Amino acid sequence: MPGKLFFSILLILLLPLAHAGEATPTADDVELEKRVMAVSGELRCLVCQNQTIADSHADLAIDLRNQVREKLRQGMSEQQIVDFMVTRYGDFVLYRPLVKSSTWLLWFGPFVLLLLALGFLAFQLRQRRSAMLREESALSADEHAQAASLLSETDKGAQ
Amino acid sequence: MIPEIGHFALIMALAMALLQGVLPILGAAIGNATLMSLSRPVARGQFVFVAIAFACLAQNFLGNDFSVLYVAQHSNSHLPTIYRFAAIWGGHEGSLLLWTFILTIWTVAVTLFSKQLPEEMVARVIGVMGLVSVGFLLFMLFTSNPFERLIPAAADGRDLTPMLQDPGLVIHPPMLYMGYVGTSVAFAFAVAALLGGKLDATWARWSRPWTTVAWVFLTIGIMLGSWWAYYELGWGGWWFWDPVENASFMPWLITTALIHSLAVTEKRGAFKNWTVFLAIVGFSLSLLGTFLVRSGVLTSVHAFAVDPARGVFILSFLGVVIGSSLILFAWRAPKVGLGGGFDLVSRESMLLLNNVLLSVAGAAVFLGTLYPLFMDALGMGKFSVGPPYFEAVFAPIMAIAVFLMGVGPFARWKQASVAEMTKQLGAWLAASVVFAVLITFAFDHWSAPIIGGLTLGVWSLLSSLAYLVTRVRESDAAGVWPKLRATSRSTYGMLLAHAGIGIFILGVTLVKGYEVSSEVLMHLDETAKVGNYTFRYLRSEEVTGPNYRGVRVALEVTKNGANVTALYPEKRVYNVQTMNMTESAIDTGLFRDLYVALGEASVKDEWIVRIQIKPMVDWIWYGCLLMALGGVLAVTDRRYRLPVQRRQAAATTESATSQPESARVDPSISF
Repeated sequence: MPGKLFFSILLILLLPLAHAGEATPTADDVELEKRVMAVSGELRCLVCQNQTIADSHADLAIDLRNQVREKLRQGMSEQQIVDFMVTRYGDFVLYRPLVKSSTWLLWFGPFVLLLLALGFLAFQLRQRRSAMLREESALSADEHAQAASLLSETDKGAQ
Repeated sequence: MIPEIGHFALIMALAMALLQGVLPILGAAIGNATLMSLSRPVARGQFVFVAIAFACLAQNFLGNDFSVLYVAQHSNSHLPTIYRFAAIWGGHEGSLLLWTFILTIWTVAVTLFSKQLPEEMVARVIGVMGLVSVGFLLFMLFTSNPFERLIPAAADGRDLTPMLQDPGLVIHPPMLYMGYVGTSVAFAFAVAALLGGKLDATWARWSRPWTTVAWVFLTIGIMLGSWWAYYELGWGGWWFWDPVENASFMPWLITTALIHSLAVTEKRGAFKNWTVFLAIVGFSLSLLGTFLVRSGVLTSVHAFAVDPARGVFILSFLGVVIGSSLILFAWRAPKVGLGGGFDLVSRESMLLLNNVLLSVAGAAVFLGTLYPLFMDALGMGKFSVGPPYFEAVFAPIMAIAVFLMGVGPFARWKQASVAEMTKQLGAWLAASVVFAVLITFAFDHWSAPIIGGLTLGVWSLLSSLAYLVTRVRESDAAGVWPKLRATSRSTYGMLLAHAGIGIFILGVTLVKGYEVSSEVLMHLDETAKVGNYTFRYLRSEEVTGPNYRGVRVALEVTKNGANVTALYPEKRVYNVQTMNMTESAIDTGLFRDLYVALGEASVKDEWIVRIQIKPMVDWIWYGCLLMALGGVLAVTDRRYRLPVQRRQAAATTESATSQPESARVDPSISF
């Protein structure tokens, strides 16, 4: 159990520092721990059912968290750690998939779809308006009068 | 004997469903009133048989009949009674039975509340729901029979997964399924209208309350699921972008779009095609969601290969439902008219924009959920798509939608002026930014995303308030109270739902931005200070539950020396599945939750304790409740309670003119 071993070592190291009656934080460096959790929050615990290694209590997750902590301590950047994990475990470990040709659809699909949909919407609305204008000009004088009275009623009613 | 009765009841239900799915639709097609009139009695008959099957399975669970395979797999004689009942839907087969049972409940509701509808419409709607039921009953009878016997019988059951042994299981799945299955009513109305070739405003008026009720259930179901995950899983998150969650979120997004689209179709007779299309997509996603969660395909695409019969049936069923309704759509849709005209800037175009944004947001969730499955199935590598992806893609699209949500109600039907809306709303928008900045002063730091989120949250609240103020100002009634009363209930419903979004966003932003978390190793009598709160380890004690043993730790919480509360987190080991479970302890408050969960214990009275202070986290669920309440207000609006004759009269005048305008019938109705 490397996790327990780690905590035991940590505990022995920290015991002299602890004030009587105050619980020992499992992390000695709060700022470092924030970075550890931020990186861990993007990595998948490979033995769990869809959990990040930040959330999981599995031994593998605790081990990987410790590795992340160690590497940050050694001065590696977040990106370097992520790269290291990908070389070791493959793309599957990343909750933020890398942007590459096989994930273009995933990353850009929604935004391209949004632009297409907006373009199509604008086009449709214009089309529709011109179709309505054509329809309207085809109305007889009687129908015009009827429509006008309906519209005036409508304006009163709506809003 | 009882399992055989249940099995037989399912077969009888299938026979009824076949009659219900074929005869009334045939009757409507050839104009045979006798065949059409069969729809109600046959649908009720099907309900009775499915109810019998459901009662039989319930009896098998409550009576600990471990000669039934499904019961032996999901229950145990030591399981508390309430969970033995809820275990009915603790697995695949029983979930399908619950689905079908709820479908027949919705169908009976349609038979009861459809007296004002033309007979042909009722026949077709009930017929379509019968066909959906046929699919589910066939699936159950051929691949997933909950009544299958286990010979020889097991001495005791394998027990319900400890994770599911929670009040959440009793209430969350039925609520969610009420929502899922409710979308089948909107779908049935859409298909019925396509079959009849009469897609007019009256159709929208009829299907609107059903859609709203389904949406209310879906909202509450998702909310309960999120809350359950929050307190049960033990690490304090409330939404994980897990495929199972996304499966319920996609139909919610599309049904939300549908509610808005129906408003335009009802009031202005426009976007009929689009509205019908959304109804079809919404139900298809509900079906997909049910199967995604239940088929095991999410754990691994290879789960499909393990049980190919189920997989093939699921894909064929989805193919038949989606394919046939889309073919029908393509065949019938171009025949419907344009409806009322409107300008490029108008309430109509704003609602269309809302639909585009919600649909694209839904597509993003769809893509993120299914992309890893497709890539894996195609052998193109294994990917994980998680929260970072959704935060990057989904959030910006929804941010635009939420901003426009505040503007939309101010746009007038047919023609709106950007200048006028800017004049009405400019000050409110500025006030939202100021408020957002002021809120961050209460905390020790701020960041651009926090300010952005808070601005959107406050904006949702203030723009709703601004709309109410405008309505009151423009009202003809004398005095503020009469003016407020003159505003329709559906308007209040809309405002409440929009305000709910605001409350939700405030909760999400504040908890994400300002939660404090600490992990400490605690011994007896030691204290840990987190935020302004001090937690003291008082004692620990053994606990023995009906089917588990565990340890309960008592923590005393104080703030500046004053006693706040005591928290009792637990660590349990369930006897049958020997699974370790963390039972977190939460002190819920309006402005913060104190959340404590136990980690590992190496020796007695020494615990790793995870303590979290979560500001405003409950606002997430309060917001959802407000949205649901808004939906309830909308469906209890006066127009749905009008006398039948008046409604029928209104319906005939509307379908007679090319410009349906319900405001003409009742001026108090608006949106």
